[in-house]
Amino acid sequence: MNNLKYLDEYRDPELAKSMLETLKRRGNTNRTYKLMEICGTHTVAIFRLGLRQLLPPTIQLISGPGCPVCVTANEDIDRAIWLARQPQVIITTFGDLLRVPGSNSSLNAERSKGADVRIVYASFDALQIARDNPGRQVVFLGIGFETTAPTVAAAVKQAAVEGLGNFTVFSAHKLLPPAMRALLEAEDLRLDGFLCPGHVSTIIGAAAYEEVVTRYHIPCVVTGFEPLDLLQGIYLLVDQLESGKAEVINQYRRAVSWEGNVAARNLMNDIFEPADSTWRGLGAIPQSGLKVRTKWEKYDATKRFSMPDIQVKEHPGCRCGEVLRGVMAPPECGLFRKACTPQNPLGPCMVSSEGTCGAYYRYHVVSTQDYKEGKTE
Amino acid sequence: MNSGTIQLDQGSGGRATHELVQDLFVNLLENEYLREMNDSALVEVQGGQIAVTTDSYVVDPIFFPGGNIGSLAVHGTVNDLAMCGAKPLYLTAGFILEEGLPLELLGQIVASMAEAAREAKVLIVAGDTKVVPRGKADKIFINTAGIGIVPPGVRIGGHYAQPGDAVLINGTIGDHGMAVLCKREGLTFENEIQSDSASLNDLVAKMLDASPHIHVLRDPTRGGVATTLNEIAQQSGVGIRLFDESLPIREDVAGACELLGLDPLYVANEGKVLACVPADSAALVLEAMQSHPLGKRACQIGGVVATDTGRVFLRTRIGGHRLVDMLRGEQFPRIC
Repeated sequence: MNNLKYLDEYRDPELAKSMLETLKRRGNTNRTYKLMEICGTHTVAIFRLGLRQLLPPTIQLISGPGCPVCVTANEDIDRAIWLARQPQVIITTFGDLLRVPGSNSSLNAERSKGADVRIVYASFDALQIARDNPGRQVVFLGIGFETTAPTVAAAVKQAAVEGLGNFTVFSAHKLLPPAMRALLEAEDLRLDGFLCPGHVSTIIGAAAYEEVVTRYHIPCVVTGFEPLDLLQGIYLLVDQLESGKAEVINQYRRAVSWEGNVAARNLMNDIFEPADSTWRGLGAIPQSGLKVRTKWEKYDATKRFSMPDIQVKEHPGCRCGEVLRGVMAPPECGLFRKACTPQNPLGPCMVSSEGTCGAYYRYHVVSTQDYKEGKTE
Repeated sequence: MNSGTIQLDQGSGGRATHELVQDLFVNLLENEYLREMNDSALVEVQGGQIAVTTDSYVVDPIFFPGGNIGSLAVHGTVNDLAMCGAKPLYLTAGFILEEGLPLELLGQIVASMAEAAREAKVLIVAGDTKVVPRGKADKIFINTAGIGIVPPGVRIGGHYAQPGDAVLINGTIGDHGMAVLCKREGLTFENEIQSDSASLNDLVAKMLDASPHIHVLRDPTRGGVATTLNEIAQQSGVGIRLFDESLPIREDVAGACELLGLDPLYVANEGKVLACVPADSAALVLEAMQSHPLGKRACQIGGVVATDTGRVFLRTRIGGHRLVDMLRGEQFPRIC
């Protein structure tokens, strides 16, 4: 933990102010830059710093589909709920997923009705629960991006080593680069640059964005989470846009390498293979998810249980899809703050701590304009 | 309260707890003392004021770095009394024990209670024991109640904060919550994070000696500093401004929070007191805090203002502002 001391260097208020001044000067053009932060942790960091209100109006930050819980399709939530209702099943999950509403229920509601749903902090905790409960089926809900998937893969490997026959994974993992491509293909959205996620990039490496940059000529900057990281990330995007460049720049070099974590990726690729996947808001995206390889199907919950076809019902007014694609800000949704609140969330973006609606709600932003001006309700 | 069963976040100490207490308990049990919503109730007995409080302890794990459920049960109730400016005198203890709990553990827990009571100079004068079948409770639950005497002239409560007050704290935030979380989840860092669990009555007495004009004292337990300050802002009808760079946070706690995506402002403390003190006595009170062993890292973290009533704002390090809301739901680590 010693290396966390250096974080103060990235929080220097004087340096931050001078970087903001530079951005204000550079942003003094008649062009408006729409920059997307794809990572939920970035979204929260930006809110916690009050950063949007400090940027010139020509630099707009748009939140993207970077909250794993939020992009999980309703049908996958419904399947998880179906699994929770099966006799002798213990569901193990990260806590964020608990309150996400599916078509008719949520894992939290199932838990208070008697389902055995347990919050874990790591996939290996689920293994321990499987060891402790040999007579029961332990299902781990694999939700998350490339950051989480290798740890789940490691748990599957360990289960195989121990011959744990009662452990399976329900894989709804998502891959980020295909989603970025889908966003750039969308007709209702114009983006000028990506602040690429810090955590995911530690695994996939800065190199993973080269294809997007080349194909769509859009600058990508892998960015950290501290104030100076974010400001520098934004600066490096604006600088490229002004000079007409489009490159991958790695701002977050203290954590992210160009090639990423090859060992973690190998582990992930050993257990999982890319598969078509449905994202909330973005729809079906080819090869954008991960499923358990046939070789490891013993540990695949979709093979262990014969799941029925589930009729998915979306909440009619919920606009999480548009929020996730960055075409709508939460206050523009008719349910926001009225029918949909963190106490009674109708959509996942309100549930998750990293969801865009939840962040807007927590910081009491009533309209996007007000947020720019630093006003709250 | 639109769902039909109790949900876990209604016990998290945040907004859901607040609403359950208001809408159900205060509403049905209705009286002037409950309505005050302070850590203890102040009742008149033969012309003097007595503080009365009760609290239940269900912490998991029951042993954590820096304490256990027994010492916590004494510290927590002593602190609730001290937060009204009362001198804690007597405690009661009720035990709900799960069949199969090793007697040795129970012995250790009660021994720590005895030690904590000695240190806080209170007596545990009555008790109750119930045993429930295995699985009907989790090892051990403890309830403690306490009474204390409020010195004449002391008027401290969540609704007395005034614009111009300094907001002080006696040390680092989030230590207890992170100590318990790391222990429970087996997260290990270079050094074990220690809980700050401690009785604050002696510190509070020293603060009151320095200035009897303290307006508010509150211990930011569940829901953390953010939730407690929101309660004060609402009860007093004032706004509170915090300065991000003044918030004292231990490096290991900051690191663990960073790693898990948690905000230390919402993490529980068990040995911390937040004080709203008139500006002209703030320096004296702060000095008294800093010269006490439990207040070495005491500092001012913000101030009370007349605008934005019922709200807490934080000025960020880069000059932005953001609202600091009450805890909503449970805080969960991030997924990536």
